[in-house]
Amino acid sequence: MSDTRRRLIASVLLRRTGQGLGVALAVSVLCFLVVRQLPGDAAYRIAAGRYGDDLVNAESAAAVRAELGLDRSAWQQLGDWLLDLVQLDFGRSLVSSRPVLAEVGYYLLGTLQLTAAALGIAIVLGGTIGVVAARRPGGVLDRLTTAWVALVRALPPFLLGLLLILLLSVHFGLLPAVGHGNSSSLVLPALTLAVGISGLIARVTRDTVIDVTNSEQVQFARTKGLGERVVLVRHVLRNTGVVLVPYLGAQAVILIEGVVVVESLFAWQGLGHALVHAVFWRDVPVLQAAALALARLVVAINTVVDFAVLGLDPRPRRKGVLA
Amino acid sequence: MGRFTRTGVAMGLATALAASAACSGGERTERSDSNTLRIAGPFEVHSLEPAASDGFFTRLQVVETLVSSDMRGELTPGLATSWSDAKGMRSWTFELPEDAEFHDGTPVTPDAVAASLEAAADEAASPLADAPVRRIVPVDSGVRFDLSAPYPTLPAVLTHYSTAALAPASYDDGHVTEVIGSGPYEIDRVELPASIEVSRFDEWRGDQPAIEKISFQAVGRAESRALMAVSFQADVVFGLEPAGRERVAATNGVAMESSLQPRTLLLKVNADHPVLGDVRVRQALSLALDRAGMADAVLREKELAATQLLPPSLRTWHEDGLEPLEHDPDAARDLLAEAGWKPDESGTLRKDGTPLRLTLTTYPDRPELPALATAIQASLREIGVEIEVDVTNSSEIPARHQDGSLELGLFARHFALVADPLVTVAETFAPQGEDWGVMNWRDGEVTKAVDGLLHSPSDDEAQEYRTRIVETAQQELPLIPVAWYRMNAAVSDRVANFELDPLERTWRVADVSWAEQ
Repeated sequence: MSDTRRRLIASVLLRRTGQGLGVALAVSVLCFLVVRQLPGDAAYRIAAGRYGDDLVNAESAAAVRAELGLDRSAWQQLGDWLLDLVQLDFGRSLVSSRPVLAEVGYYLLGTLQLTAAALGIAIVLGGTIGVVAARRPGGVLDRLTTAWVALVRALPPFLLGLLLILLLSVHFGLLPAVGHGNSSSLVLPALTLAVGISGLIARVTRDTVIDVTNSEQVQFARTKGLGERVVLVRHVLRNTGVVLVPYLGAQAVILIEGVVVVESLFAWQGLGHALVHAVFWRDVPVLQAAALALARLVVAINTVVDFAVLGLDPRPRRKGVLA
Repeated sequence: MGRFTRTGVAMGLATALAASAACSGGERTERSDSNTLRIAGPFEVHSLEPAASDGFFTRLQVVETLVSSDMRGELTPGLATSWSDAKGMRSWTFELPEDAEFHDGTPVTPDAVAASLEAAADEAASPLADAPVRRIVPVDSGVRFDLSAPYPTLPAVLTHYSTAALAPASYDDGHVTEVIGSGPYEIDRVELPASIEVSRFDEWRGDQPAIEKISFQAVGRAESRALMAVSFQADVVFGLEPAGRERVAATNGVAMESSLQPRTLLLKVNADHPVLGDVRVRQALSLALDRAGMADAVLREKELAATQLLPPSLRTWHEDGLEPLEHDPDAARDLLAEAGWKPDESGTLRKDGTPLRLTLTTYPDRPELPALATAIQASLREIGVEIEVDVTNSSEIPARHQDGSLELGLFARHFALVADPLVTVAETFAPQGEDWGVMNWRDGEVTKAVDGLLHSPSDDEAQEYRTRIVETAQQELPLIPVAWYRMNAAVSDRVANFELDPLERTWRVADVSWAEQ
């Protein structure tokens, strides 16, 4: 590996680590402040989360307040939390009393499984459709692709999910409608998400493949007598990757952050679910840890994208052009 | 061609992975031949601690409380075989069976039971924390409660799930890390917050249940639950919405079961308020409510319109002969006129120039509450009462109760947290007021009747006391009842003997069996 390349990698890592730390601090302080702005007495909310609405009254709320020290000043609570964080102690959930690390780790794993599966299916589905459509722009297949893109973009994930359950689970009995933790229950939620984003992936792939195909270097490859397949795989796909990979990175971030609807429809346990409940019950430690995990994940995905692009596109570049 | 092959292999692998993922489901989907009773419901399991478990482990009959209740809401032996009181109900002894075992094979000893009960008494949220318990003493054959005051409802309090007995090995450093109970089913696997699997406990001292394995799965969306019910992916599905219920009704092989809950949607009224302090105003507000219309539109069932505070599921407390609360806007206007409220040119009621304007506080945790609040607002506008609806955090109702600023509060109250509604009724009508009960309202007769009930009266006297409380509440309306609730479940026809408990204490899974096919 050349020195320039090593320096480039180091600079990416340094930058992203710095970003990671900054984001972590900002996110956790922000979470804390936002939760404090929510209406109502947090002790009652936490008590409702723990014991259910029927058992919440002034006494149980007072007991929660005393146990968790909620009457300490805001700065004291934030300071204590940051101090624990520096020692990598995330504390316990205010509602379930379980260690936050175990709890958020569980939901994070669910989110990662779902995202990876959805992205994998979407790449295969969208990528194939895009490449096929690009072979004859304006042809029947291309126009069908446009229709597909419009259709899946217009379908809300909730409706799409229900349709898939009806089709694959209720009618054909191939898959369980809901569930968490095994490979068969992962398929339907992943497919719902994948179909939703496959449209745009197909669109981006198609346009990029057409652009690249018409570029000078590909024209040259043809001129020197390479067959269509070789041109496609060796020249077109790789160059397409340079555009497509950052786009996929952005899709991955969206998947990780915003799939609450799909999670709840399929009873899949992921970070979206954890975040909603943590806000609802004022479970600040879980909220902070979940938001922290999300923020770090976004930074991590961007780092991976940087490296992937660096690998796909080895042309020398000046520092600062990156990322 | 090296690169070509690599890419080809990668693409082939990706496709194969996706395809295998799409196919692998087939073998795992269990249709109706499974030997597991599969239950699905909207509720999540937050914790293994009894007080914070939402009663899941009593419902699945993994843990036992000392006292249990039957389908009529009457107390029956639970873990305790019998109980007796002494010293004018200041001392209660509960006898434990000799042959009971926890699921880890250790015997159910008085020490272990007393330790679980101590833990419950220390939880502010447990109804046991409200009992005047001085100490809980393990004795030869059971446990004894020494109380600082007579407390006749102690056996009823000991039906609450927070008082379940756990084996000593369940606790680690004060936290419950494993649920080791003494019931007919033992835990196989718990995955918080969404799934529990249990199987029959072979050493159970009673009759062996018919069902070998039971699983519970929390499913948040009602649409998903309905689809599970009609595709037989679950045998018992709780909490279906109207569209789902219709779907189930149209499907062969699955039927809806339902039972009224011991829960009432009600308006809490500040009886010390310059306007609401007048009983005629409270009665007028009640007369103005189109309860049947609201129940039909919001809860999708006319019959859920409340005719009195306590629903028919509370058998001893519901008075069939009581004059029902009616919808009569004209009578409401007359009563308000009598109280000095006259409509101005815009139709708004005014007295000495002040408009009749009230704030109704409610919260969105139960989705029907904001909808009902706006329906109430519309009903009351018809008689010239202006309501401002404040949908906020549920804690605002107790908070505004404490600082006296609450005018009207809309919420749902569960009247049978423990098997005897008296415990909740006594709290609800406490003369000093209650967060989720009356506010600045006291009535000597009601207080006397509650006191009388708390001193173990004869059956006739008890009935008389209850009637007095219910009639006064109906007349004075310190709490204006709006609607009752119904609990429903879609039950597959391969399940027999499934019954909904009127007090929601248990799912009675040990009594369920497979239907003869």
